[in-house]
Amino acid sequence: MPKTGKILMAHGSGGQLSHDLVEQVFLKHFHNPTLANLDDAAVLPYFANDSRFALTTDSYVIHPLFFPGGDIGKLAVCGTVNDLSMRGARPLYLTAGFILEEGLPLEDLERIVTSMAATARAAGIQVVAGDTKVVERGNADGLFINTAGVGLVPDGVNISGADAQAGDVVIVSGTIGDHGMTIMSQREGLSFNTPLVSDCAPLNGLVAALLEASSAVHCLRDPTRGGLATVLNELARRSRVGIEIKETHIPVRSAVQGLCELLGLDPLYVANEGKLVVVVAEKDAKEVLAAMRTHEYGTDAAVIGRIVLAHPGRVVLRTALGTCRIVDMLVGEQLPRIC
Amino acid sequence: MKYIDEFRDPALARRLLDDIAARSTRPANLMEFCGGHTHAAFKFGIRQLLPPTVKLLSGPGCPVCVTANADLDRAIAIARLPGVITTTFGDMLKVPGSRSSLQRARADGADVRIVYSTLDAVQIARQNPERRVVFLGVGFETTAPTVAAAVLQAEALGLSNFYVLSMHKLTPPATQAILRAGEVRLSGIIGPGHVTTIIGSDAWQFLPRDHGIPVAVAGFETLDIIRGVRSLVEQVESGRPGVVNTYSRSVRPEGNRTAIDVMYRVLEVSDAEWRGFGLVPDSGLSLRQEFARFDAARAFPVAPGPVREHKGCPCGEVLRGVVAPPECPLFRRACTPQNPIGPCMVSAEGACAAYFRYGEEV
Repeated sequence: MPKTGKILMAHGSGGQLSHDLVEQVFLKHFHNPTLANLDDAAVLPYFANDSRFALTTDSYVIHPLFFPGGDIGKLAVCGTVNDLSMRGARPLYLTAGFILEEGLPLEDLERIVTSMAATARAAGIQVVAGDTKVVERGNADGLFINTAGVGLVPDGVNISGADAQAGDVVIVSGTIGDHGMTIMSQREGLSFNTPLVSDCAPLNGLVAALLEASSAVHCLRDPTRGGLATVLNELARRSRVGIEIKETHIPVRSAVQGLCELLGLDPLYVANEGKLVVVVAEKDAKEVLAAMRTHEYGTDAAVIGRIVLAHPGRVVLRTALGTCRIVDMLVGEQLPRIC
Repeated sequence: MKYIDEFRDPALARRLLDDIAARSTRPANLMEFCGGHTHAAFKFGIRQLLPPTVKLLSGPGCPVCVTANADLDRAIAIARLPGVITTTFGDMLKVPGSRSSLQRARADGADVRIVYSTLDAVQIARQNPERRVVFLGVGFETTAPTVAAAVLQAEALGLSNFYVLSMHKLTPPATQAILRAGEVRLSGIIGPGHVTTIIGSDAWQFLPRDHGIPVAVAGFETLDIIRGVRSLVEQVESGRPGVVNTYSRSVRPEGNRTAIDVMYRVLEVSDAEWRGFGLVPDSGLSLRQEFARFDAARAFPVAPGPVREHKGCPCGEVLRGVVAPPECPLFRRACTPQNPIGPCMVSAEGACAAYFRYGEEV
């Protein structure tokens, strides 16, 4: 298949071009025996014992397709791996459905698939089933990816957003807002010359490390869309507890802070793709923090607050001046200011 | 960022606040003209630390909020015309007009695009020579020069498909209108830092001179706002009102001559309708006759129908500082950021949005 080619409607017809695409792009990069069978469904070994399955699905529609620190393919793998990890599951398998826009350069597709395969390898998972469709030009923004992910939850691991308890400590794994501000600075019309890179990363290794350090991890969440503020609000509501955080303890990169100030945005509400929030019993907080900081995706981890009995369902931030204010859910979209 | 940290030093902020508390003996009703100040004062938690004598009132400084329904209706009607691409700052999208919003027009098929700079709108006009591209010119003296620059660029490029619907407003006449109406007793005004960077602090001299009201021009960081408040408290206590520039790293007495010259090369002062104020003489900016071919108001004769105001929405009073957002019967009940009834709840600079987001008692 010529590397300079573009996606044609015929690539989705099920005929020769479809086969070429599967063989020369998808199989080439996602090579594993299950996928190579090219059967209608992946057949996987059954895990007995008392282990439980975790299953998740997500769709990825982003612009631009490539950004500093990643691309839509890496994002799709990380997003799915991270969703499984946030329940304490060990991610095992992924499916990938591609909706390609007619005219998409094959070179771009191959770059994205290569990146997905590399990220999957790094996360120790396999892409075992897939699908491709082509839609007419104008009906997709380059390509959309849909994934499903399967993982196993080890015995004794029970993590959910409803288990935060008063006295628990809230830890964030690193600087917030890096991904969202990277994307925003790349978008048309915002030609900022920033050193920003997306934090997009698979977090299963970090989760394994912190679960090893403590059996009293109560909640894990990745603050993607809506940012840290939204995730903390979800935890407060689901667990029916209050959360208190300290403004000065929240790690924010200076470039992110600067860009947010310029645009009138709040980093608390900006998306992350390689960060997580941990709620852990106070007795284990030190060990968990130490374990996180030794991991490559947790070097800037910090304790940012506590779970409290007061104001259930609400998140309260103590400002640098020592005053308190409520941090609510994000309503709608954050838009840059005019004046 | 070092630059930000320097202006957020909590220890210094505490000392300045203690100083304010020590000096303030008489009531000081201070209006922050700018919605950016309203939001920043809430966000940094400054309001709770002021002594009970010092009250902060929100003013009309939200460009989207003061845009009259008649202007919104016209913008929406133009957006719905075939072959038109409407370009706008994002804040305008959700603001309800008499019957619709730009967001709804977009859902109905109108081509409405959010831009971050006026020059992006010119770029869109260049890339779409077969379409007519309208930029919605909303904003104060801060944005007007950039719109003027876009018109000059369109002229230089020989574009015949770029238009501006100028709904720009001037801030000193609105301030004067508030004082003339005499509905609120103001002891001082926190001058808008960004606007004054353009127009210069001298533009506010009429306030102490004609109205006996002190002005402190302030920036938008923690220490900027506290310093502005302290200057006003000092002036109130001494009984010697003047214009004090506490934002000297950005504001000069004469302002930014280059920006002003560009603005007045393309635009001229005209009467303008403000939400909450009605027609304010010499408070707006229209395209000059020689740039008439870029004027969307002339190029697109639309009849959007009679103007309707939402019954019971006191956004006008909020903009004049007469009603504080929590005093509005709709606030937090019928009117929320998800379902805004008035523009003050929509815009990121709106007073109601600030009170909604930060103003709830912990």
